[in-house]
Amino acid sequence: MAEQTIFEQASPVDDVPEDAAPVLPTTADGELIPTVVCDGVDIVYRVNGTGAGRGTATAALNRILRREKAEKAAGVRKVHAVKKVSFVAYKGEAIGLIGTNGSGKSTLLKAVAGLLPVENGKIYTHGQPSLLGVNAALMGDLTGERNVFLGGLAMGMSREEVKARYQDIVDFSGINEKGDFITLPMRTYSSGMGARLRFSIAAAKDHDVLLIDEALATGDRSFQRRSEERIRELRKSAGTVFLVSHNNKSIRDTCDRVLWLERGELRMDGPTEQVLEAYEAFTGGADKPKAKAKPKPKA
Amino acid sequence: MSQVLHTPPSTAAPVDDDLDLAALAARHGLSVSGARPSLPEYVRQLWARRHFITAFATAKLTAQYSQAKLGQIWQVMTPLLNAAVYYFIFGVLLGTKRNVPDYIPFLVTGVFIWTFTQSSIMAGTRAIAGNLGLVRALHFPRAALPISFALQQLQQLLFSMAALVVILLCFGVPISVSWVLAIPALVLQFTFNAGVSMIMARMGAKTPDIAQLMPFILRTWMYVSGVMWSIDRLTASDNLPHLLTIALETNPAAVYIDLMRYALIDSFHSSQLPPHVWAAAIGWALLAGVGGFIYFWKAEETYGRG
Repeated sequence: MAEQTIFEQASPVDDVPEDAAPVLPTTADGELIPTVVCDGVDIVYRVNGTGAGRGTATAALNRILRREKAEKAAGVRKVHAVKKVSFVAYKGEAIGLIGTNGSGKSTLLKAVAGLLPVENGKIYTHGQPSLLGVNAALMGDLTGERNVFLGGLAMGMSREEVKARYQDIVDFSGINEKGDFITLPMRTYSSGMGARLRFSIAAAKDHDVLLIDEALATGDRSFQRRSEERIRELRKSAGTVFLVSHNNKSIRDTCDRVLWLERGELRMDGPTEQVLEAYEAFTGGADKPKAKAKPKPKA
Repeated sequence: MSQVLHTPPSTAAPVDDDLDLAALAARHGLSVSGARPSLPEYVRQLWARRHFITAFATAKLTAQYSQAKLGQIWQVMTPLLNAAVYYFIFGVLLGTKRNVPDYIPFLVTGVFIWTFTQSSIMAGTRAIAGNLGLVRALHFPRAALPISFALQQLQQLLFSMAALVVILLCFGVPISVSWVLAIPALVLQFTFNAGVSMIMARMGAKTPDIAQLMPFILRTWMYVSGVMWSIDRLTASDNLPHLLTIALETNPAAVYIDLMRYALIDSFHSSQLPPHVWAAAIGWALLAGVGGFIYFWKAEETYGRG
């Protein structure tokens, strides 16, 4: 089983598989340039309205009056989503985040983006990491065209930048391949079309640190290929790319280092092949194309 | 792949020295992710997103009626129907109009101006809590949301004002120079609304229950703000406690409503205005605008937690 601390990985580059490994840029004295430093990060969600006194008036009153002490008694449940995770990401790396559902991958990504507050520890970043989520909030009642503008502005592009890239975004999404759909409200799009447009909008901007959440799993095969290409481009211009995916193939194709989270803990951190092998053994076999999922005896 | 998995033993080597990481980050000039920017920096960021704020407000406004058959006509129809309902209840059934000249323009102005403040505050309360998807997906100064919602309500009010002008002319209120005063009055009221929205947005983000409570508070506020009746008739009668009179007259909603009536309706004289009305209007706008902004900014880094 591969064991690798972040410090071991910090110095040698030669143990990274050669196919996906560009030589990482370094500072003048040969040191790798960190772009994201996660230092013992804990993330805790608080959920209202659970527990024994669920929804009763007294429980609610209790909660309001004695916020801190009575949190547990009044049915606020804490969900410890990420536990003591530490790693350093360097400029030029593409890092995959894997783990079974609910293991805290997306949560960690959101915290790196500065969108979720951390309970303990610190996350240091170079510039402003941007989360390229498939759930970027656009409005279904508006046309695709207006959503391109709204999404671009929301990401912090100027009006002129959005105008300049508008055609590229629409062409890339391929929304207009089957007719003039960009002038229809987004709620009329199929889920695949919507996801493609969202990805296209989000990928239109260059980012220092780019965080991608399952975006590659959307769309048809040709769009997936285009997305992967775009991510490689972004990775060239961006410092670091993080990719959350359940598709081990797209992780293999895009990433040279993988973090494996399980139940909120960082279980493994190392070169893609090593980690994926262990992960596949853990989840029960590699998902080969056309291979049927064998029924597993429940543990 | 669905199967039951045991918690695996942790094989990742623990990072032994936390200080090292902090030092590494410091050496390369990394900044803490999600930290609250300084106030001037925050204002600068917000200014940089001004196009987003306006685009978001317009988008929300347009999206509102996009499924309706009559479409954007509802922008004007909704305030008109509102005014009609209030006229029916207070003008026809209760006969409040006996005391006030030009009662319908008086009432409709009051309803529209009040609705502006009311819906800004309601939208502000839900600005963060109702847009967690946006807050958790994108990075922008969160004050953009309550401000954008207040701006949406301002755009909505401009539609209502167009309807109001028609009503005014129909009831024989002459066009006059004083209509220009409506502009500074609206600017001040918008600042006040945006400020209160930001206060409510922070409270609503922390305690979503506030959104359930607000309709009752707002309705009470409406009834004491002289939307359907004339405050000046009540205070002139002289049998009210002095403090109550002052409270009624400095109530910001009443101040902005009376200012607009004074600006638009010729039979509403300056003697009917509360004393020092412009000072009160500016004071409330500054207090709520600046205070609300700082109050909102203080919790910037906490928005987005469930």
